[in-house]
Amino acid sequence: MAAIFQGVGAAAPLSSSPSNSFDSNKSVFSPPRSFSVVRSDGIVNLNPKGRSAQRLISNAVATKADSPAASSSSKPGHELLLFEALQEGLEEEMERDPRVCVMGEDVGHYGGSYKVTKGLAKRFGDLRVLDTPIAENSFTGMGIGAAMTGLRPVIEGMNMGFLLLAFNQISNNCGMLHYTSGGQFTIPVVIRGPGGVGRQLGAEHSQRLESYFQSIPGIQMVACSTPYNAKGLMKAAIRSENPVILFEHVLLYNLKERIPDEDYICNLEEAEMVRPGEHVTILTYSRMRYHVMQAAKTLVNKGYDPEVIDIRSLKPFDLHTIGNSVKKTHRVLIVEECMRTGGIGASLTAAITENFNDYLDAPIMCLSSQDVPTPYAGTLEEVTVVQPAQIVTAVEQLCQ
Amino acid sequence: MALSHLASSSPSRSANLLKPLSSVISLRRPISTDTTPITVETSVPFTAHQCEAPSRTVQTNAKELATFFRDMVVMRRMEIAADSLYKAKLIRGFCHLYDGQEAVAVGMEAALTKKDCIITSYRDHCTFVARGGTLLEVFAELMGRQAGCSKGKGGSMHFYKKDSNFYGGHGIVGAQVPLGCGLAFAQKYCKDEAVTFALYGDGAANQGQLFEALNISALWDLPAILVCENNHYGMGTAEWRAAKSPAYYKRGDYAPGLKVDGMDALAVKQACAFAKEHALKNGPIILEMDTYRYHGHSMSDPGSTYRTRDEITGVRQERDPIERIRKLILSHDLSTDKELKDIEKEVRKEVDDAIAQAKENPVPEPSELFSDVYAKGLGVESFGADRKEKNSHGRHLDNTRDDPSGEVIIGLCFHNPLPA
Repeated sequence: MAAIFQGVGAAAPLSSSPSNSFDSNKSVFSPPRSFSVVRSDGIVNLNPKGRSAQRLISNAVATKADSPAASSSSKPGHELLLFEALQEGLEEEMERDPRVCVMGEDVGHYGGSYKVTKGLAKRFGDLRVLDTPIAENSFTGMGIGAAMTGLRPVIEGMNMGFLLLAFNQISNNCGMLHYTSGGQFTIPVVIRGPGGVGRQLGAEHSQRLESYFQSIPGIQMVACSTPYNAKGLMKAAIRSENPVILFEHVLLYNLKERIPDEDYICNLEEAEMVRPGEHVTILTYSRMRYHVMQAAKTLVNKGYDPEVIDIRSLKPFDLHTIGNSVKKTHRVLIVEECMRTGGIGASLTAAITENFNDYLDAPIMCLSSQDVPTPYAGTLEEVTVVQPAQIVTAVEQLCQ
Repeated sequence: MALSHLASSSPSRSANLLKPLSSVISLRRPISTDTTPITVETSVPFTAHQCEAPSRTVQTNAKELATFFRDMVVMRRMEIAADSLYKAKLIRGFCHLYDGQEAVAVGMEAALTKKDCIITSYRDHCTFVARGGTLLEVFAELMGRQAGCSKGKGGSMHFYKKDSNFYGGHGIVGAQVPLGCGLAFAQKYCKDEAVTFALYGDGAANQGQLFEALNISALWDLPAILVCENNHYGMGTAEWRAAKSPAYYKRGDYAPGLKVDGMDALAVKQACAFAKEHALKNGPIILEMDTYRYHGHSMSDPGSTYRTRDEITGVRQERDPIERIRKLILSHDLSTDKELKDIEKEVRKEVDDAIAQAKENPVPEPSELFSDVYAKGLGVESFGADRKEKNSHGRHLDNTRDDPSGEVIIGLCFHNPLPA
């Protein structure tokens, strides 16, 4: 049901099996396809060339090449919850670069309404962790103005839905200033906050803004779903020179996972292969990943072999990973939480159809939330979002 | 005659120094280098809210007055020329002209350094020039050419000059004020000891985000100066029809304010210097510049349906900023009428030259459509958000080398075919 899945699908990236040998019948989830471990020397390297010259380990799942069996003993990592992973990523970046600051409602003294910024105000002070009044339009604008001079604000919307009040600033200033100034200004902001359908929070507090923002040129959008990619995406977003909107989900903050101790980031434009398979490609992101993985259990028992990809990058789409998967399975199911009309799934369907139409054996199926305001009553709310049973049915239909 | 040529310092002037000196030996020192202090009174005293008004007496000198005169003449000529270019359909879209308001731009610049930031609305041509922008950059941008300050991709409402801390140039009414407070925040964060002037109009003064930004700026003690350029009309709506209380300098409530005659460049300079000092110590302050625009709101607005021609000519006769400085210069015997007219002729030629140069300038390359959408940054992107970027081998930067139809994948995440 709408339960929070503790660690389901959020597989420990330090699984003992090497990445290139997996048994698709077992529920062994291979580690993220590729990510980079960037050595943090604690010094801000303001020269981008210098940054890329740091040694990047492209397959750093701590499985040493010479000893495939003994991997997890060298770097056990540490366990934490998703909101703590976000906090860790944010804190590390604030320590690494003095230009990073956080602004939002109740992020400072209160510690953040979802505790993502807990402890930061005490550590970094009131000028770097700023409690704003309830004025999204202006403090988003102020963050963007500060970014024009070179600061790197992380702007929090207490709930993503509140950022609708700042839509003008996000669309016109955040997205477009780099272009309209002919490249003079970059806007290295991160706009983040929880969104998605929660537990009976009501219509206005259950919004999914990824569909509204996706057309804005000049921004990038990513959605985190595990503690591992939450921390990695947070850090990558802060380091990016482009404005990045990081979508978190209200119901995923308490997911627990073991993440590496060493410094790492997740590629902003890459999708995550959650479960390789042969029969059907299931594309999903954020909370729906867990509904998909639950459905995958049922599907596997029924003899299906779904390939599950967490697309993570909502803008731009990782058409490379997605395309390779489509070419393998020839069937696509998109499972998303935003609404059917004009949602991420709608754009993704169009993108896949335009590019990979010849590889498809069946029309793309897209399961999205109903085009309704989210009702308060629990039973109705449950039906608003896609449930695992529907996913199972859809796969069965697709694979007929 | 040669003396007036010394008033300008642009490189093309050096040829003029070879001209023979005037045969009339004048006991006047050259106007451009004379820094003997002159004391002038502003046209009207300042009106203050929650603070003590600065003195009406302004210190200036011949050099400064000459600079004011020349700069304002350049701005006036530039805007009139833009008017003609627009009617000739060389400038398209929106074009908002600043003629009549030049005193605000030059007076402000005289009180600031290039470390201070200025951000304004879409009526930005003259503010851009005051910050150091060249006429070529202006006209090329207006005509959408490569040499424009934003490479032709911004247009009239998007002039920026990062190296002189000019942050534009914004099309949405009032949205620049929170940005400006963000600039002030960054200045405080980085301990710059500099201030930000965020300009907006009487129409924008009714925007909620202004009050939000002012509240935050006052709370956090930011060196932000909010400047309302009150030209009394928000497009076609007079201020008395749009604002219950048109005392814009009082709207800060807890924040002090000053009402200034915006047609008097010296008053503007005095007020801005006062405001800068205040903001660095005490946080935000509001300046209301009482000014006037001769043109309509934009080129598509004749400007006469909501006000009388008599009103316009009246202001032009009595309060024109250039005429005020001209009278000052002449009454203090700093120059002759002929010399000032020669400056105007020179400026006219300068503007015409810039226009000719801009007309020759090419339009942006097609590939510019996709550049500057994203910044190249992290170095660990596997594709880069801007997938249309080609690497040095002419291949697109993405992972499709193993894919024979690699070209098909590129750019189609934007759902548009690449230009042929």
